[in-house]
Amino acid sequence: MSAALALLFGIALLAATAWCPPRLTRVLGSLLFALVVGVVLRFAFGISAAIACGLVAGALAFRFLPLLVLRRVVFLVPALVLLIFATTLLMYRAPGNPFANERATSPQVEAALRAQYGVPKSAPEFFGIYMRRLLVEGTLGPSIKVQGRTVEELIAPAFPVSVALGLLAMILSVVIGLTLGIFAGLRRNSAADHLSMALALFGISLPSFVIGAGFMIVFSLWLGWLPVAGWGSLRHLVMPALALALPNAAIIARLARSGMIEVMQQDFIRTARAKGLPESWVIARHALRGTLIPVVSFLGPAAAAIMTGSFVVEVLFAVPGMGQWFVKGAINRDYSVVLGTAIVYFGMIILFNLLVDLAYAWLDPRVRGSGA
Amino acid sequence: MQKSPFQLAWQRLLRNRVAIIGALLLTAIALACVFLPFLFELDPNLTQPALHHQPPSARFLFGTDTLGRDVLARVLVGGRTSLLVGIATTAVSILIGVSYGAVAGFYGGKVDEAMMRLVDFLYGLPYMFLVILIMLMFSETARGDMLPVFLALGLVQWLTMARIVRGQVLTLRNQEFVLAAELLGASDARILIRHILPNVLGVIVVYGTLMVPSVIILESFLSFLGLGVSLSWGQLVSDGIAVVNPIRSYWWLLLWPSLFLGATLLCLNFVGDGLRDALDPKART
Repeated sequence: MSAALALLFGIALLAATAWCPPRLTRVLGSLLFALVVGVVLRFAFGISAAIACGLVAGALAFRFLPLLVLRRVVFLVPALVLLIFATTLLMYRAPGNPFANERATSPQVEAALRAQYGVPKSAPEFFGIYMRRLLVEGTLGPSIKVQGRTVEELIAPAFPVSVALGLLAMILSVVIGLTLGIFAGLRRNSAADHLSMALALFGISLPSFVIGAGFMIVFSLWLGWLPVAGWGSLRHLVMPALALALPNAAIIARLARSGMIEVMQQDFIRTARAKGLPESWVIARHALRGTLIPVVSFLGPAAAAIMTGSFVVEVLFAVPGMGQWFVKGAINRDYSVVLGTAIVYFGMIILFNLLVDLAYAWLDPRVRGSGA
Repeated sequence: MQKSPFQLAWQRLLRNRVAIIGALLLTAIALACVFLPFLFELDPNLTQPALHHQPPSARFLFGTDTLGRDVLARVLVGGRTSLLVGIATTAVSILIGVSYGAVAGFYGGKVDEAMMRLVDFLYGLPYMFLVILIMLMFSETARGDMLPVFLALGLVQWLTMARIVRGQVLTLRNQEFVLAAELLGASDARILIRHILPNVLGVIVVYGTLMVPSVIILESFLSFLGLGVSLSWGQLVSDGIAVVNPIRSYWWLLLWPSLFLGATLLCLNFVGDGLRDALDPKART
C-alpha cells in the first residue's frame, strides 16, 4: 500500500515539474545531466573518468544546452527512476518468483539465494538495492537465471543487434513513407494516389508478424533469395527490418500526404511560384519543410512502435536482440534482466525523443523561442 | 426540410462504398464467429490424432492442425476472443481517455499542461513493456479469464483518445453556448456532460472504431509471444508460423487465421475512415 502511495507521490512530483521556474530548471537540468553522463560512462571507463566527464558535461550543459532540452532532462530523469520503481512493483506483484522451480526449494536455500543475488522479499527493498547498484557500484547486477553472467554481459552483444535493426527499420519507414506520401500528395486523387493510400491501409492493418511471415514464405521458401531467419549478415537484416518498418511507413505516408496537400495551398508556395522558381525547387526547398513537421512529431511514437514490434519480430526471425532477453526475463521472472533491458530501452527512447525535439525546433521556428 | 448534421453524415457514409462493404463483411465475420460454432456443433478442442495435418476437404473445410483439430472451428472461436478483446478494451480506454481528456481540456492552463505532460511521456514509451508486465501479474490466476487483457491493453490505449478529446474540449470550452450555460449557474459536471460531451461524440466514435484494430493487433502480439490468455487469431497465426518449413507446407494453418485477422483489421479501418470522412469532413488524413 505504502509503495503504491509512493508511486502516486512520484507521479504528482513529476507533474509538478511543469511549474519549475527557468532558473531552477537550468541548475537541476545540468546536475541531472551530469549525473546521467557520469553513470553511463562509469560502465565504460571506470569511476574517475566518469566523475571528470560528468562534471565537464554538467558545466557544458549549464552553459550551452537550450532550456528546451534542460526542461526535458528535469522531467525525464526522475521519470526514469519512477519507471524502475513501477516496474519493480509490477514484477513483485506477479505470481511466482525467480527462485521457485519444480523441485521445492527449502526456505534456507531460498534465503541464501535471495541474499546472494540481492533479491529481498519486499519490492521497495529491492528497489533500494537496485538503485544503489546502479548509482554507486555501477553495475546492472547478476542475472538470476543465466548462471554466472551479469546483465551487462547478456545485453552487450544484443544491444548492437537491436540498434542496427531498429535504426534500419526507422530509416526504411521514413524513406518509404515520405516517398509514397509526397508522391501521393502531389498527385492528389490520381490513380497513383489511390494506389499508394490503399497500400498504406494494408500496412496499417496487418500486424508486423503477419507481414513478416508472408515475406518469409515468399522470399525465403519460394524464391530462396534471403535466409529464413537468424543473424550474421546484412541479408539477415532485410526481412525483419522491412516487417518492422512497413506499419510505420504506412502511417508516415498518410501524414506526409495530408501535410503536402495542406502546404501546397499556402500563400508562401504561391509566392515562390510567382517568383518563377521551378516546381521541383518549390517542392524541395519550400514545401518539404512544412511536410516534415507532422512526420517528425510522429517519430517519437514511431520509435516506441518499432520497439514494440521488435519484441515480436525478433522472436519470429530468431534475431538475437534485447527484445528476446526482455520477454525471456519477464516469463522467467529474472528481475534484473527485465530491469536492465527496460532501462536500456527507456534510455534509447528518451535520447531519441530529445533528438526529435531538437529537430522539431529546427524545422518549426515558432517552437524555438517559447522554451516549451 | 432541413437535415440534421447526423442525417447528412449518415448520407455521406452510405455513399462511401468501401466503408459499407467493410461494414457488411465485418458483420458477416462477427456473426459467423458467434453463431456458426453453435449451429454446426464445431469443437475447437476436439483432438483426432489420426486425422492430423489434413489439407482442406469437404469434411474439414479449412483442414486440421497438428493434433487433428478442426481449423475452421478454431478460427471461428478464436475470432470471438479477438473481437471481444478489441471491443471491450476499446470501451475501457474510451472511458479512461474521455474522462481524462475532458478534465484536462475543461480546466486548461497549468492543470492541462501537467496532465498532458504525463500523457506525452507515456505516449513515448514502448507500451508493450507495461502490457507484458501487467499481463504477468495475472498470469496464473487468469487462464481463460480475459479481464486482465482488457485492463492491460486498456491502460495503455487511452492516450490517443485523451489527446483528441482534450483538443476538442479545449476549443468548445470558450464557445458561446458553454459560456451561456456557465452564466446560468450550471455546475462544471453538468456543463461537461450535457453541453460539451455530446459535441465530442462524433470524434469519440471515429477514433473508437479506429482503436479496435490496433487493440486486436496488440492482443495478437501478446498471443504470439505466448502471453495470451485464450485461443485467438494471434495464437493461431503463431501456431501456423511455427510449422512453416521448407520441406512440407501446411499452408492452411497459416492462411486462414491470417486471412480472417487481416480482413477484419482492414474492414475496421475502412469503416473507421469512412466514419471520419462522414462525421468530420475537415479532418482528412
